[in-house]
Amino acid sequence: MYTQGLNSIDAHPTSAEDAEREARFQARIDADEKIEPNDWMPATYRRTLVRQISQHAHSEIVGMLPEGNWLTRAPSLRRKAALLAKVQDEGGHGLYLYAAAETLDVTREELVEQLLAGKAKYSSIFNYPTLTWADIGAIGWLVDGAAIMNQIPLCRCSYGPYARAMIRICKEESFHQRQGYEIMSTLARGTAEQKAMAQGALDRWWWPSLMMFGPSDKESQHSDASMRWKIKRFSNDDLRQKFVDATVPQGHALGLVFPDPQLKWNEASGHFDFGPIDWEEFRQVLAGNGPCSKDRMRARRKAHAEGVWVREAALAHAAKRRADEEAAKLAAE
Amino acid sequence: MTEANWPLFEVFIRSRGGMSHRHVGSLHAVDAEMALQNARDVYTRRGEGLSIWVVASSAIKASDPGEKDMLFDPANSKIYRHPTFYEVPEDVGNM
Repeated sequence: MYTQGLNSIDAHPTSAEDAEREARFQARIDADEKIEPNDWMPATYRRTLVRQISQHAHSEIVGMLPEGNWLTRAPSLRRKAALLAKVQDEGGHGLYLYAAAETLDVTREELVEQLLAGKAKYSSIFNYPTLTWADIGAIGWLVDGAAIMNQIPLCRCSYGPYARAMIRICKEESFHQRQGYEIMSTLARGTAEQKAMAQGALDRWWWPSLMMFGPSDKESQHSDASMRWKIKRFSNDDLRQKFVDATVPQGHALGLVFPDPQLKWNEASGHFDFGPIDWEEFRQVLAGNGPCSKDRMRARRKAHAEGVWVREAALAHAAKRRADEEAAKLAAE
Repeated sequence: MTEANWPLFEVFIRSRGGMSHRHVGSLHAVDAEMALQNARDVYTRRGEGLSIWVVASSAIKASDPGEKDMLFDPANSKIYRHPTFYEVPEDVGNM
């Protein structure tokens, strides 16, 4: 999902003492206790969380770009206000998540630095372009729909600050998907040209949305530890299937056709069967070779660089005000 | 880049009249004034609050989770601090 880049394994040497503490730690997790920032935790648990939470945060922040592209061109004031609120939410979600990551002894600046240096990953989905207004509908409906599917189980994640951030995010996110679906259904019921726009957006976003859930379980090496630590509650493939099952009827209700000739209801399994995912495309996008990867990074670096003087001026102003207040206090004494 | 880091603040929000302020999260700001403004933007976009407190995180002294047992276990054995410890004759009714 927002943490697709977690597909690697940490070497992890353990001493006897660590093994004992790790057993106690695992017992707490098995008893469904939450782990809090000052509690002892295995170094790999901490590292996995920092990586996962920061990738998630970066995804929220980079995710503002494809939608921001349409803010000034939204077709009505209603749509514009909704989109603006949604993009604002994504910014807020990024902040909640950075704050959760920071409880694990890493600074915001380090995390941002990792993103800007190209060392940190973010979700592959945000490296695709938003070519038409219908893409904004498809993002809300499909991308946020997939995100919600992934995020709801994260509300029960074993790490307290992450779980609490996710509860907030899920509460706010439910409008995102509905506003996207509303855009799609308006277009789908519109003129032939509008309906074609909606269909085009579904064609473009369907497969990238399925890739959001990350590599197939057969290849996801990180899942075992994450499951054991209750950072993750469902496997990539289980979540992907849930998403397909929930979303296909919604698309049919719009009268749209999914770009997958193998997609069909399987009476025996009670699920929709779907065709193979182009994993080579996924790997390329994740490696930074997506259609908009360079643009996204350029935009983030530019925003960060152009904000330097603002951040410095704010600090200088605060220092000056503090000095003035102290001088005034001294003078009054 | 040699940028100085902005200090961290903890944010507390009173959600409704009559409720106490509750911790909702944290944020970075150059001073308390800005922390208050940012808290309003980040944590109250949907009418979540009537009042906000911000506290510099560095000003919080927290108990050590390692001392949890020493601090809180003694209360566990003092069941006479709870009303259910005391017997009241049934015919007296609720007390």
